[in-house]
Amino acid sequence: MGACNIFEVSSQLLFSQLLLGLINGAFYAMLSLGLAVIFGMLNVINFTHGAQYMMGAFAAWLMLTELDIPFWAALVLSPIIVGLFGIVLERLLLKRIYHLDHLYGFLLTFGLALIIEGLFQWRWGSSGAPYPSPIPGGTNLGFMFLPTYRGFVVVAALVICLATWFAIERTRLGAYLRAATENPTLVRAFGINVPRLITLTYGLGVGLAAMAGVLAAPIQQVSALMGVNLVLVVFAVVVIGGMGSIMGSIVTGFGLGIVEGFTKVCYPPASNTVIFVIMALVLLIKPAGLFGQTK
Amino acid sequence: MADTLLKVEGLQAWYGESHILHGVDFEIGRGELVTLLGRNGAGKTTTLKSIMGIVEKRRGSVAFEGRETIRLPSDVIARQGLAYCPEERGIFSSLNVEENMLLPPVVKAGGMSLAEIYELFPNLKERRRSQGTKLSGGEQQMLSIGRILRTGATLLLLDEPTEGLAPVIVQRIGEVIRTLKSRGFTILLVEQNFHFAATVADRHYVMEDGRVVDMVSAADVAENIGKLQAYLGV
Repeated sequence: MGACNIFEVSSQLLFSQLLLGLINGAFYAMLSLGLAVIFGMLNVINFTHGAQYMMGAFAAWLMLTELDIPFWAALVLSPIIVGLFGIVLERLLLKRIYHLDHLYGFLLTFGLALIIEGLFQWRWGSSGAPYPSPIPGGTNLGFMFLPTYRGFVVVAALVICLATWFAIERTRLGAYLRAATENPTLVRAFGINVPRLITLTYGLGVGLAAMAGVLAAPIQQVSALMGVNLVLVVFAVVVIGGMGSIMGSIVTGFGLGIVEGFTKVCYPPASNTVIFVIMALVLLIKPAGLFGQTK
Repeated sequence: MADTLLKVEGLQAWYGESHILHGVDFEIGRGELVTLLGRNGAGKTTTLKSIMGIVEKRRGSVAFEGRETIRLPSDVIARQGLAYCPEERGIFSSLNVEENMLLPPVVKAGGMSLAEIYELFPNLKERRRSQGTKLSGGEQQMLSIGRILRTGATLLLLDEPTEGLAPVIVQRIGEVIRTLKSRGFTILLVEQNFHFAATVADRHYVMEDGRVVDMVSAADVAENIGKLQAYLGV
């Protein structure tokens, strides 16, 4: 196949793939935002993020099937429950490895992800369970059919990402967080309980992953392994955006989702690897990432 | 001495395996301005850090307003009413001047208002939207001092506030420190610049090899100048 000629592609195919890319980008943005917040504060690359995303979806599915709790309540409750699980994880395990090399954080969180996913797979199997769309129907845009729920996901993810950015960049609590990322010892000497701030940050990051999982449940099948591949892509998004950069994660998440969608139109076999190729190029040209600052 | 605010007894501290403080003893009265003098490596900065709880491995006794703080973490110590201005200034690059200023939480009533601090440091008001680390060295020092004045802390620990600054800025820092003393702050000042310290302090403790080896009051400086110069190697 030669180079992509955008004028030969039907507009319906192009726009539907771009929409699909935008939806994927919404999940990339939400998940990479959580990873970036956690990395910035804890200096830990949280490879449990994909499992926590899956736990969010599972919590919503269990609430619906076992307790008749609807989607909208689950969208609030599930991130709180999984976030609290994250807080327990941080207090019991992660806090012991902050002073060690990144590799230990990677190994611990990767191992935890395998254990969590293994347990879910053992209890509920590998095949996915469907979750009904909370907003059925859609709109015919002329060039394509837009399911209402998918449009909602893009808008909701954007609102959540921007709200998180605002909280970190424009509030007093966010200033504590940014300062503690730079010099936790001094921030603590000012009277701020930095260990508690770290715990809450991890809980917030995990909660964001769980919220993305709840949003994903009606689009994807809820399954124990739904976060396995996603965490690798999201990690690449964080590296491209710049480790720890909040705006970098949001912009890169949405942007790379669209790039991926566009690649599916132009050259489908490359759609699974295009993000990793971009990551390699960015690391070669700008190792700190597109929005990252060299320390 | 009237009303002891801080009493340090037998303070020992370690960085890893290195034993830095070997039993530091001194005390500061409420409203006093006291300096810790000494050569490089005498243990002055480590003493301040140990009082603030920043050095993890420490022993002995640090009593603030009669309450023991040696086992407390640094955030709890700060909330007792101590504030620390580090030697490296500790300005946060991700925060602008005003965010840096508002970062330390108010721990007690009676701190200065933002308007009062800007009155003391007019330069900072003009540059309040600038990134903290874009300020000049003198302005960064003023920001580093200014931000702890809001907190309501009664004891200020200032680590070498004149280091690397031009004489005119050193003079300005001296005026500010005298103003703070007149407003009732108690100040523990670590200084290598004895000429500066002599113009502001009530008493001087001299440190050598991780211990306090002498104390000279401001009134006795003139007759002890030779001894002090020998201690400091000037």
